[in-house]
Amino acid sequence: MITIGELIIGLLVLLGALLSAISSFGLIRLPDVYMRSHAATKSTTLGVLSILFAAFLYFLLFEGQVSVRLLLGILFVFITAPVAGHLIGRAAYRTGVPMWERSVQDDLKKVVTPVRTEQNRE
Amino acid sequence: MTFQFILNLIIAVTWMLINESRDAVSLLIGYLIGLVFIFALRRFFPGPFYLQKGFAVVKLLLLFMKELVLSNITVIREILRPRLVVRPGIVAVPTDLKSDGEITMLACLITLTPGTLTLEVSPDQRTLYIHAMDISDADELAKQIKSSFEKAIMEVTR
Repeated sequence: MITIGELIIGLLVLLGALLSAISSFGLIRLPDVYMRSHAATKSTTLGVLSILFAAFLYFLLFEGQVSVRLLLGILFVFITAPVAGHLIGRAAYRTGVPMWERSVQDDLKKVVTPVRTEQNRE
Repeated sequence: MTFQFILNLIIAVTWMLINESRDAVSLLIGYLIGLVFIFALRRFFPGPFYLQKGFAVVKLLLLFMKELVLSNITVIREILRPRLVVRPGIVAVPTDLKSDGEITMLACLITLTPGTLTLEVSPDQRTLYIHAMDISDADELAKQIKSSFEKAIMEVTR
């Protein structure tokens, strides 16, 4: 029982760390703000979630206590991460951050005219 | 809906008072008994039986988890692929949802789906503008959002 628990906890922590690492790699590699935001919101959310859940399981199995704070932490990250991604993307579009040149479609251009920033005007 | 739940709680507390015990176990037993009563008398209440809503919420949460895992697999595949072959873009997707809460839920769900990110909600709340990582299947994307997410959200809120 305890051995299986150790195995699962270890795997969860490793998975979380790996996901966070891959998503920071994605931040370096992907071409524009919007695609970087994809990497940052999704992979990091799942990474943090699995690390927190592993910590929760550790305290449950080895210390015998249910840590409600960790569960609440999972809930808060789960709720706030997509909203943060949305707001950053929206603010980027409104201030006129350009999309990658190989983007194929832009339905939003008709509705919102991005505000030109100083840098773009030059 | 809330009315049925509060009634259920009142029945549970009454059960506790009748038994003159004040522990969680008797509250739970009273709650289960009240559940049976409300289920038996469900045709006198205006809305549907309230546990249906509970199941719908659980289903929505499971959908959230599933989409989160799937979207991670998609994003990681794109990040680790040697050459970028994706064609990103912004698509307009119409929605039938009305209230603010429903639209917020849909926007969060879309942000966590494979390769999509909500950028903007139109002022009349009829259209969502979504940045998709790979636009080649935009129509399919819109159809999928319509069929699975909107249905799951409507089951919770209506």
